[in-house]
Amino acid sequence: MGMEGIGARVARKEDKRFLTGKGRYTDDMVVPGMKYAYFVRSPHAHAKITGINVSAAKAMPGVIDVLDGKQLQADGIGNLICGWMIHSKDGSPMKMGAWRPLAVDTVRYVGDAIAIVVADSVAEARDAAEVVTVDYEELPAVITSVAALEAGAPQIHPEAPGNLIFDWQIGDGAATDKAIAEAAHVTEIEILNNRLSPNPMEPRAALGVYDEAEDHYTCYTTSQNPHVARLVMSAFYNVAPENKLRVIAPDVGGGFGSKIYIYPEEIVCLWASKKTGVPVKWTSDRTEAFLTDAHGRDHVSKVKMAFDKNHRIIGLKVDTIANLGAYMSLFSSAVPTYLYATLLSGQYAIPAIHANVRTVYTNTVPVDAYRGAGRPEATYLLERTMEVAARELGVSPAELRRKNFIRSFPYQTPVIMNYDAGDYDASLTAAMDAADWNGFPARRAEAEGRGKKRGIGMSCYIEACGIAPSQAVGSLGAGVGLWESAEVRVNAVGTIEVLTGSHSHGQGHETTFAQLVADRLGVPLASVNIVHGDTDKVQMGMGTYGSRSGAVGMSAIVKALDKVEMKAKKIAAHLMEADESDIVIENGELKVAGTDKTLPWFQVALAAYTAHNLPSGMEPGLKETAFYDPSNFTFPAGCYIAEVEIDPDTGKTEIIQFVAADDFGNIINPMIVEGQVHGGLAQGIGQALLEEVRYDEVSGQLLTASYMDYAMPRADDLPSFKLSHQNTPCPSNPLGIKGCGEAGAIGSPPALINAITDAIGVEITMPATPLKVWQALQSAEPRMAAE
Amino acid sequence: MAKVTLTVNGRTMSSECDDRTLLVHFIRDKLGLTGTHVGCDTTQCGACVVHMDGKSVKSCSILAVQAAGSTVTTIEGIASQGELHPVQAAFNQHHGLQCGFCTPGMVMTAVDMINRHGGQLDEQTVRHELEGNICRCTGYHNIVKAVLSANEEMHGASRQAAE
Ligand code: FES
Ligand code: FES
Repeated sequence: MGMEGIGARVARKEDKRFLTGKGRYTDDMVVPGMKYAYFVRSPHAHAKITGINVSAAKAMPGVIDVLDGKQLQADGIGNLICGWMIHSKDGSPMKMGAWRPLAVDTVRYVGDAIAIVVADSVAEARDAAEVVTVDYEELPAVITSVAALEAGAPQIHPEAPGNLIFDWQIGDGAATDKAIAEAAHVTEIEILNNRLSPNPMEPRAALGVYDEAEDHYTCYTTSQNPHVARLVMSAFYNVAPENKLRVIAPDVGGGFGSKIYIYPEEIVCLWASKKTGVPVKWTSDRTEAFLTDAHGRDHVSKVKMAFDKNHRIIGLKVDTIANLGAYMSLFSSAVPTYLYATLLSGQYAIPAIHANVRTVYTNTVPVDAYRGAGRPEATYLLERTMEVAARELGVSPAELRRKNFIRSFPYQTPVIMNYDAGDYDASLTAAMDAADWNGFPARRAEAEGRGKKRGIGMSCYIEACGIAPSQAVGSLGAGVGLWESAEVRVNAVGTIEVLTGSHSHGQGHETTFAQLVADRLGVPLASVNIVHGDTDKVQMGMGTYGSRSGAVGMSAIVKALDKVEMKAKKIAAHLMEADESDIVIENGELKVAGTDKTLPWFQVALAAYTAHNLPSGMEPGLKETAFYDPSNFTFPAGCYIAEVEIDPDTGKTEIIQFVAADDFGNIINPMIVEGQVHGGLAQGIGQALLEEVRYDEVSGQLLTASYMDYAMPRADDLPSFKLSHQNTPCPSNPLGIKGCGEAGAIGSPPALINAITDAIGVEITMPATPLKVWQALQSAEPRMAAE
Repeated sequence: MAKVTLTVNGRTMSSECDDRTLLVHFIRDKLGLTGTHVGCDTTQCGACVVHMDGKSVKSCSILAVQAAGSTVTTIEGIASQGELHPVQAAFNQHHGLQCGFCTPGMVMTAVDMINRHGGQLDEQTVRHELEGNICRCTGYHNIVKAVLSANEEMHGASRQAAE
């Protein structure tokens, strides 16, 4: 490892622009003649639209035009789609209802877009939006997934009778039932996974620019995957053919999944730009973000876990209902199926698993992938169940887990996954040591002396990242391939540009990707530039989500570098009259091994472009492209331990310590990896203690539509974290990387809730707010007094 | 409409704006200084923090006309001659930012916090003082580290100067 190469804690190259106010986010973009959009949205959770009158709005000062869904439809703009086909267990395809970018006859959630106002200023557009009159015939609404499945529930889409989108299963039902029937002990538990709002700090935004002379569209937007946005907008939504549409995702202020999807607003802004003849910019405000950004989680599950008399798990049966909201968002169907139920084996050897998943429509914001996407739901379910089982069986939670760990690899689970490498004992031991697990009883006694309740809890998670290979995901219903691309462009002076299909919205690619190149070629970090986020500059790529940029995106760069190196070596061998196989690349030089003959990197690059003296038949230039399709998922895993102290008078939980021991495979920049874990932990702790999207269950009004009502984790809600890594390299990609972006959010919620239930002695649901904890303590009091 | 004149990052600037224009929109849209961000509608996120007459304020919570005549420093104005301010340098060194969206507000809050406490900062105080700034990316761990390290740096420097 060099000072700047793989494994070095290099400070980020991209920081300076962010630290000096020179970051360029979508809302910072200004183009000549630009006007502003504001959307008219439904105030009702469910209603028929019987009339829209825009004439008063059109007459308001500064207004350029007001456009509605009928006009959009007349211009042939298509409906939004879900891009992952799931079939029910009876073989029927999922029941997708129509999602129009602007609602025409029915609105299905509070915030459903109806019309766009374009005006000289945001304030004028907003004023005009207020005088657009929409006549509604209100319909009854249904908010929770369980209620939506009840007989007589309001019907949301005609395509999906009873609001059921699909009824899917995985695993062997008969073998699992048999295991349960024969078990020495069965732990049964109901698990609720609370609905969350992703809340990247940069609200979504879109700037649509139509160039009439060229018949060309440009869309600046807050996207994690600009090429996917372009593909979907052209192939499915008929906004423009791909070659006439440029999508630019400049600096993007966080995504966490919510900026994967193509939403109505970017489609409508592009279309409105053509309609009005002016560039149209829309920027979400925070309330709009709560009302329209795809939410995450929202599962209700019943679990049965069967043990033999030696406390080995012999079967796991899961029945889950997942709320997908009012419409099927882009990857919504994959989240509660292939990203969830395939992880239900966790770190354990479980011979029989069966999961049944029903997904339903409700009158709420569409639900899709949010940091972890399905894997947090699986981990929470499994690790809560393990904890409850350990308590029922009267054994230590660590021992119950150790007894059931998978120890030989590769390991084929009964739910598709083939784990390739891992060492679950190592992370459990490291976490217990770091947390001083054995010293806990003394700490608990000390706290008790102060009238406080201490608890400790663990969670052993596994996740699957870099979902692949494309052929496999295609056979499971994915509408896209999940490879990644890279182009390595060596300039004539030897500096390097890497064009990557990955997209950085906080992950630090401009640094880590450059570290890889610096490491391989021995050139200074400063001579490497990473280019991403613009479909006109970068070849087709798949973007950043599911912790895939290291494992998949960087592997593509490795492949392109391999080709560049091979050509550079050929040129160097020719120039130094040596054999190609004797050329080594070191410290920015190409050397003939065992001699003192060397050529600096830049001279070889220059030779490639002057082309005065190249091996015969060789094309000039030094630039290579590669597409990398992984051969398997990667499987990051680890163990998290939370220790909490609860004030029984207030119910407030204080996190005394939080320990994370992770196996991410090889690491490029430990500082950046730690940052990813910190951020994930904060989101997982937020889910466990603070965050919950709440709707009024009768009116369907969103009750948590601002930071006054939705509790985001603040600095003083969190401790400093204790991290460590126990890495087993991933065998399926050239860098041995597993991915680290989501682990924190996946592993932490059950650790917290296990600690809290350990402290208070009764079960509790997330988020464990002070009120809920206090109420739980009151209900537990009689039992505790009797003990 | 109103004409608002203020001193921003050492320069006198003026522009016409609607009476209802918030200072943050004035700074971003009229003065073209887009480093100051808008992250919420309810004055909770702190992405918009600037210094006004030496105090940190949330520029979304005041009207541009109220700020007329005042001296404002934004994130664009705290580095001097290409040298990062010690707080900016500490954020870089300790990886106190990821997506960078909360960062301008965090840095402006931190500068003010360090100045106000005259070097007397500990982790608990920093966490408490950051209550008005939300970051969704970093889990605050490295932000707290960066603020404490900058505090050390600035306090150490002033101690040296006094000696
Ligand atoms: S924009 Fe000012 S506090 Fe959020
Ligand atoms: S760095 Fe992204 S919100 Fe703080």
